This record gives sequence, structure tokens and C-alpha cells, in this order.
Amino acid sequence: MNILETKGLTKVYGGITANADIDFALPRGKITALIGPNGAGKSTFVGMVSGRTPATRGQVLFEGRDISTLPAHERIQLGIAYTFQITSIFPRLTVYENVAIAARRLFGKDPALLQTKITRALEKVDIAVHAEQIAGDLSYGHQRLLEIAMGLVQEPRVFILDEPTQGLAEAEVTGFIELIKSLAGDATILLIEHNMTVVMGAADWITVLDQGMVLANGTPEDIGSNAAVQAAYLGKTDA
Amino acid sequence: MTLNAKSATLHLSVLAALVALFFVLPPYHSGNLARIMVLAIYAMGYNILFGYTGLLSLGHAMFFAAGMYGFGLSVNLGGLPLPLAFLTGMACAAALAAVTGFLALRTSGVAFMIVTLMFAQTAYLVVLYFGTYTRGDEGFVIQSADRMIMGVDLTSEGARYVAALLLFSACFLTLARIIRSRFGRTLVAIRENEERARMLGYDTGAHKLKAMILSGLIAGVAGAAYAMLFGYVGATFATVQYSIFPLLWVLLGGAGTTIGPLLGVFFMFYLIDFSSSLTTAYMLVAGVVLVLLTMFAPQGLMGEMRKRVFAWLP
Repeated sequence: MNILETKGLTKVYGGITANADIDFALPRGKITALIGPNGAGKSTFVGMVSGRTPATRGQVLFEGRDISTLPAHERIQLGIAYTFQITSIFPRLTVYENVAIAARRLFGKDPALLQTKITRALEKVDIAVHAEQIAGDLSYGHQRLLEIAMGLVQEPRVFILDEPTQGLAEAEVTGFIELIKSLAGDATILLIEHNMTVVMGAADWITVLDQGMVLANGTPEDIGSNAAVQAAYLGKTDA
Repeated sequence: MTLNAKSATLHLSVLAALVALFFVLPPYHSGNLARIMVLAIYAMGYNILFGYTGLLSLGHAMFFAAGMYGFGLSVNLGGLPLPLAFLTGMACAAALAAVTGFLALRTSGVAFMIVTLMFAQTAYLVVLYFGTYTRGDEGFVIQSADRMIMGVDLTSEGARYVAALLLFSACFLTLARIIRSRFGRTLVAIRENEERARMLGYDTGAHKLKAMILSGLIAGVAGAAYAMLFGYVGATFATVQYSIFPLLWVLLGGAGTTIGPLLGVFFMFYLIDFSSSLTTAYMLVAGVVLVLLTMFAPQGLMGEMRKRVFAWLP
């Protein structure tokens, strides 16, 4: 059963087709990785799913409902959380307040519950000790973790992570794989990732994009042995 | 002390100080302070949009003037009783802010500044165009006999101070409360990173429009209060100068702080008052002080205090 699907999703920038007729399905409760070489159209695709980037044509279905015409904030309100590829936090506010802004929309009516949810999210990504620090003063790795905390405090049904491990240290990456595995089940995860260790270690299902089109779908084993995928990544001229 | 307790203590102390000052100050200064409080209401309204939401408007004079003319014309031409005229002034300002916001919020940054400036210029020209009723640049006086409320004569020093203080307190405490609310925190989120706020599921467009209406409404309260307490309505208050003033006051006092606007107006008022007693080139003195402040306290008086001493300042 798929929680989210796209049908014929297309984005044309000027004359360039960034995404061409993408039919995609996100299986419920699983971790799906979206991979592909640079410029394959991964960020454009999740931008259209989350509503950040308007689609040229095509449909996005969430729980079977067409959400193509909904503005971004209404899609988020349905339970889709999104973390940015380039860290996007509130740099002049405290770490705690950053997560509080994300949580307040859902739990703002109950201050005690709000506080519990925020603390739990900060603990989950292991930055609770930095709660009172100004977010912009955190190290880059901690800012990425903060951004993930801002996503998971919303208890999303679909959690889209755009290159979450970019800039993380090796040890942090291992922790991150554990973290998203622990989230899957309640949440469905769509992971855009370059780091193959993360993809192979965490994903249940992989979709490969190349030049704005779906090149392959499959389990990590299938994809690892797929000749077309290898060609796309290694950049063979006839691929 | 919790954050809320600290914030409440601060705000109530400011109000207590304003009450005490009335008994201590000579009439000249208490008269000044009444005017400062009314202008501080205007600055607080401006601060909602500029300090907390991060939108720089160059057209707030139109909201101040809408409150002022809405009130003044309903008294002089409509013959409405003061409370009703006051509400009319507020409604005019809020309605104008809603329309302006609906159109101007399609832009951002410099374009927003220009569009609000243009709207305010139009409003100013409308005041002049309908000179038959508004008496244009010359303006009109609201007769002392019309400035009575429940048997209290608002032209007397004491009543004027009390009325200014009551209106100031109402706005001050309401805004302090709004700033701590979910709505207020969301405005700060929009100021800090609008795209992120949107992608956290907040309808940023609706929030900005509400902030604009609230800001215009409070500016309108100030305009109506000014006309009611000082008895004069004139087109000068709709000029661009009166759009720049609140920006300057808020910058001086500390944008995005609850007591910054009051301090900014107070500081600026007495800076000009004091330097004009020293020299006829008083604007030069004021200018030098302003330059020094921007160099050494770019976040304004309360902004610096927040940075250096009281990180919890609301």
C-alpha cells in the first residue's frame, strides 16, 4: 500500500525538462531512497512533492487524495515534513526555540506536552545539551541534526530528507542510519542521498533518477547489480 | 523567575514608573510624556510589522492619519460621541491596512517599501483632494467642548495624561501578550526565515496580512488618540515624514523588543528638546547622536541590552 504517489509529474524550466513524467510510489512505513547523479532532478522532484516548487503538470496523490493544487503549507499540515538540502534553520534563535516553532503548530495549545515533545526530539538527535545555544553558533553537523529534530517533532507521516548526511562526520552518519531506521514504521521516509553507505544501510527500496526520468526501481540488492544504474553513475557515454 | 513572570514584572514596572512620573514631574514634562506615550503607541504598532515580522513599511503615516481623520471627521462632521468616533478611527485604519496589505504583500523587500510609500502618498493626496472636508494642510481643530468623555474634560493636563496612559497601557500589555503567543512566535519565525516557516506548515501569507492589519490598527489607535487628546487633525501627519518617524524611533529603541518603541520615542523627543535649548543647529546635535548610536548600538537601546545583559527581554 502506497502512502504517496506521483503520476506524470513534470517540471520544465525554460526549455529544460528537469523532471519528465515521473510515476513514483512511496510504500507506507518503509525507507525509500531516491538516488541519482548530480542534476538528475532529485531535489526538483521532492520540491514538487512538498509543494515548494510548482509542477508544470502531473499529479501528487497523498493517501489516495490529489494534493496537486494545495499550497506547500497545507501539504505540510497533512503530515508531510521536509528538511532542506541546504541547512535552513532560524539561526538567531535558540536551538530550543527552533524546534518549538516546528512543534507549536501541532502542540501549541498544551504547554506541558509541547515541552515534552521538544525535549524528546532534541534528545533523539542527541543535541539536548545545546538547547539554550543560539542555533547559528552550532557546528554544521549539529545544525543538520537540529533540522532533523525540527522535522521529527512534527511526527510526520511522510518525512522527506534532502541529503541529510551531507557534511556529517563518519560517526554521526552511523548514528543517523540508526535514527532513521528507528523512525520508519510509524513514519514513511523518503531519503535523497548521495552517501551509498547510508542508502545501502538504511533503505528498503530505491528509486534511481537520471536526467529527470526514473531509471530503475528495486531493492538495494537489485539496484546494486543493475547495469544501467552503474552506467549512469560511472558516466558511460552510451548510457 | 520564569520567562513569563520576568516579562510581566518588566511591563508592569514600566507602567508603574509612568504613573509615578505624573506625580513627580512638573507640568511641562508630564505634558511631553502624554505626547510621548501616544507616539509610542504608534511606534509599537510599527514595531509589530517591522520589529517582529521583518517587514519594513514606509507608509505607516496613512494608518496613523486614517485613525486621526476617521476620528476627527466623525466628531466634527458626523457628530458622533467620542468612544464611537474612536472606534471609527480604528476601523478606518484597520480597513486601510487590510486593503494595503492584501495588495502590497505580494511584494517583499525594497519593492514592499516602495509600494507602501506610494499608497501613503496617495492617501496624503486624497486628504488634500477632499480639502472641503479635511481642510487640507491647514487641518482642523476639534473643539474643546467636543473633547469630553463621561463628564471628564480631556483638555485638562491630568485627564489627558491619564487617558494617554490608559491607552498606552492597553496597547502595551496587549502587544506584550501577543508577542508571547503562538501567533507572535510565528511572526518572529517569518522574520528569521520565511521559507522555513512556510515549510513547517505555517500559512505565512495569512500571518503577514494579520500582522499588517494589527500594525495598522494600533497606528490608527495612536492617530485617533492624538486627535482626541491634542485636538488637532492635519495633513502633516499623513506626510512621508510621519512614516519615517516610527522607523527611526523603533530602530533607536530596539526593533523587536516590547519596550524599545517607548524608549525610542522618549529618547528622540528629549534629544531634540534638549539640543534645541542649546543651539539653533539642534538637528545637527540630534544627527550626531543618531550616527553614534547606529555605530555603537546598531540594534537600538533595548537590542543592545538584550545582547549584552538580558537575553530574555521580550
